[in-house]
Amino acid sequence: MALLKEGCLDLEELKELPGVPSGHRLAAGPVAVIECAQEIPCNPCEALCPHGAITVGQPITRLPVLDEDKCIGCGLCIAGCPGQAIFVVDETHAEGRATVQLPYEFLPLPEKGEVVNGLNRAGEEVCEAVVLRIQNPRKYDRTPVITVEVPTDCAMEVRSLSLRRD
Amino acid sequence: MRHTEVAVVGGGPAGLSAAIEAASAGARVTLVDEHQRPGGQLFKQIHKFFGSKEHRAGVRGIDIGTQLLQQVEASGVQVMLDSVVWGIFDERVLGVIHEGRNLLLKAEKVILATGATENALAFPGWTLSGVMGAGAIQTLVNVQRVLPGKRILMVGSGNVGLIVSYQLLQAGAEVVGIVEAAPNVGGYGVHASKVRRQGVPIWTSTTVKEALGAEKVERAVLVTLDDKWQPIAGTEREIKVDVICLSCGLSPLAELARIAGCEFQYLPALGGHVPLHDHDMQTSVKGLYLAGDVAGIEEASTAMEEGRLAGVAVAESLGYLSAAEARGKKEAINRRLDELREGPFGCARREAKEQLCGSMAGWRY
Repeated sequence: MALLKEGCLDLEELKELPGVPSGHRLAAGPVAVIECAQEIPCNPCEALCPHGAITVGQPITRLPVLDEDKCIGCGLCIAGCPGQAIFVVDETHAEGRATVQLPYEFLPLPEKGEVVNGLNRAGEEVCEAVVLRIQNPRKYDRTPVITVEVPTDCAMEVRSLSLRRD
Repeated sequence: MRHTEVAVVGGGPAGLSAAIEAASAGARVTLVDEHQRPGGQLFKQIHKFFGSKEHRAGVRGIDIGTQLLQQVEASGVQVMLDSVVWGIFDERVLGVIHEGRNLLLKAEKVILATGATENALAFPGWTLSGVMGAGAIQTLVNVQRVLPGKRILMVGSGNVGLIVSYQLLQAGAEVVGIVEAAPNVGGYGVHASKVRRQGVPIWTSTTVKEALGAEKVERAVLVTLDDKWQPIAGTEREIKVDVICLSCGLSPLAELARIAGCEFQYLPALGGHVPLHDHDMQTSVKGLYLAGDVAGIEEASTAMEEGRLAGVAVAESLGYLSAAEARGKKEAINRRLDELREGPFGCARREAKEQLCGSMAGWRY
């Protein structure tokens, strides 16, 4: 398992997860991608979802299950996941362009409109990404959520960013 | 000699929780801590905790620490800071060096919440300046706000190694890599993924063979290990680093329990030699209780629950809670503890804890 060997999930492992939406749902609009693969005792995501789209249940070590029909991709679950394992992907953003919302706890924060590197799960630069939005309200408790625009074929790859500033 | 009803040794998450619980029930509690401020490791934990809402999941350790200190104050616990407990004598008399002066503190009940000590890893060059424990680095970076170096090698991929790596990145250091002697990453996958996506490699089946440098660490020699954990000749490679951070696990800090004559059991799942204790957290020495990492290495969330358990048990035995009141509280705490010990990461600890308590069954004082 890549997660155990490498410390990050590969696309095959990802598909098996109950928190990861189907390709068909991804193509239909913004939706949460919950990359939670190990049964650790944790369930804040369940209560964070105002639409009842995330179920952990009992015991709290169960993997979060995403109801992809209920999820509207609001992103309220992102900052509250202690494992920073939740992202929101919108493959319908524009022709050939998708957005990814990701948690980013590093300073300096990117600025709106800034061009940054899109990093995959292994930290490799996979594309150019444009910062569309920085959300950092008090209720996110110092976990800013950054929305980046990326080529659609990178939407399930990009999970972080690095700045291009010197 | 000073007197108190309940002496709690150690003001980390377990000790604070124990003190709050016992004092809220009405007991006269003295919390003894060697530092200038209680909180133990909590004020270094700037990340959000796991668990459920009842375990304060999603709240950062540092904020949980602040809340606990407020509760300690509100519940009337007497806090003795700058106080090292150096010995424990018959009838629960503690030898304490308080603000540089020796005194004796006698308690009806003692709760040891002394936490853990870091395991070291010895290799040629390990005494060079720049080879440091993860706990020291976390204090420097998160409390003192000083970066110990710029290019860091992390040794060990348990949760501590992964979390400290992430916090070093947040502080602006470069973590050049994480070595893990085992074939798999030790800590939570989500913690590993957080550092991986920032470009930090994790080298499994790899260890540090040697640290090189004239007066401080300048380079580290890494080597690949075979499936019997033996170095494979010819796989050595050098990397340029100025800090080697050791994160090789923790052991219960149980000297006081040893001095007091507690029975121990060796349980690797709990970090080594652990004092026996029952479901009330009472050791094989009557009136001496444990909570937190000294009772077996787990997480801060578990430590807080164990502290509450010990606090309730002590309050009950002093007559501040009826059996029925105590039972209700203990059931709720044990349910929360069970939740934290579920799953592939928790079940070994849960079984080891049951073994510990099982060894106390029918214990006569």
